[in-house]
This record gives sequence, C-alpha cells and structure tokens, in this order.
Amino acid sequence: MAKQNEIKFLTSTRVEKRQKKYCRFKKMGIKYIDYKDAEFLKKFINEQGRMLPRRITGNSLKYQRKVAVAIKKARQMALLPYITDLLK
Amino acid sequence: MATDNLQAYELMVIFTPVLAEDDYKGAQKKFADFITENGGKITNQNAWGLRSLAYPIEKKTTGLYWVVEYQAATDVNAKMEIQMNRDENVMRHMITRLDKYAVIYNNRKRNKLSEVETAAS
Repeated sequence: MAKQNEIKFLTSTRVEKRQKKYCRFKKMGIKYIDYKDAEFLKKFINEQGRMLPRRITGNSLKYQRKVAVAIKKARQMALLPYITDLLK
Repeated sequence: MATDNLQAYELMVIFTPVLAEDDYKGAQKKFADFITENGGKITNQNAWGLRSLAYPIEKKTTGLYWVVEYQAATDVNAKMEIQMNRDENVMRHMITRLDKYAVIYNNRKRNKLSEVETAAS
C-alpha cells in the first residue's frame, strides 16, 4: 500500500481546481424568495428536510437568511416537512 | 408623499378539508369582506384548493389552501387574527408583510400566469 502511495506522489500530482461557489441569488438578480414555491426551496434542504448550510449552498449571508425565513414559513404552512426521510 | 398608510400583506389560510365547495367559497368571502370593510384593498385572490399537507395538522392530511394579497392599514391584521382564531374552519393561517421586491415578484408571476392562461384559451 505504502509503495502505491509513493508512486502516486512521484507522478505529478494533479490537484483538481474546484469551481468557486457563488450566490445564485446575486448572480441571477433574484430579490425576493417566495415561501410558497416549495419545489424551489427544496434545493436548500437535504433529504431529511434540514436546511443546508451556507458552506454547501454558497449563498451570500443576506440571501441565506432570506432562504431560512422562507423555509421556516413554508414549514409552518405544511408546504415543507419539519423532518422526514427520503424527501428527494 | 403618500398619505395613505396602506401596507401590502399576504394572507395564507388552510381551511379544514371537510368543508363543502360552497362553505369554502363562503369562508373565503368572509375574510375578503372583512378586509374590504376595514378599508383594505384586495389585489389578488388565489384559491389553491385541496392539497396534501407535508405533515398532519389536527389529524388531517389534506387542507384547503387560500392565498390573498391585499393592502390594508396596519391595525386590520390584529382584528382579523382574532376572527381567524375563533373560526373553527381555519386550521392555520399566516400573514406576511410584503416588501417592494415581493410586490414586484407577485405582479410578475401573476402576469406570467395570466399570459399562459390566455395562450391556452
């Protein structure tokens, strides 16, 4: 095992440069996030129905807050579940 | 300077699914009239009809949704909430204050929808 790792190192290690995340609201010029649009909000929650962190979605702080409010409203009105399994 | 202190709001109500069609219409009318009687203006109404809920409310898995956008003075909402809490047909309600972007968004969405409808007919 150790040998294989060494060989890998000797051949020029290609480090993939990941594309930088961006805030889709800023990029697309979306100013208002609608709590009634459950399908859209599903992009920002995981399979258990929990909100995804900014680290993963890449949203700017301003819009992450708005997304959070919209998701919470959608949950209150039973458009999105508070907690579930296999949402997607 | 705008002298009328009207603020744009959006109300979403979930009625119990046991309502008959007429009762559903009547319940909508009751609250719509309540807004207009108190000096409000209704911009748009949208009855979504029967929809399944994401989780059970009052042991029911479906609900009759109703969304209304209106402009009203700031003291109307408190009165209306009392009415809605008293009403047994209302399972849940929520009033959202719409900012200027929300109003633009709703207008655009509505226009898009009406365009689709006219194209289809």
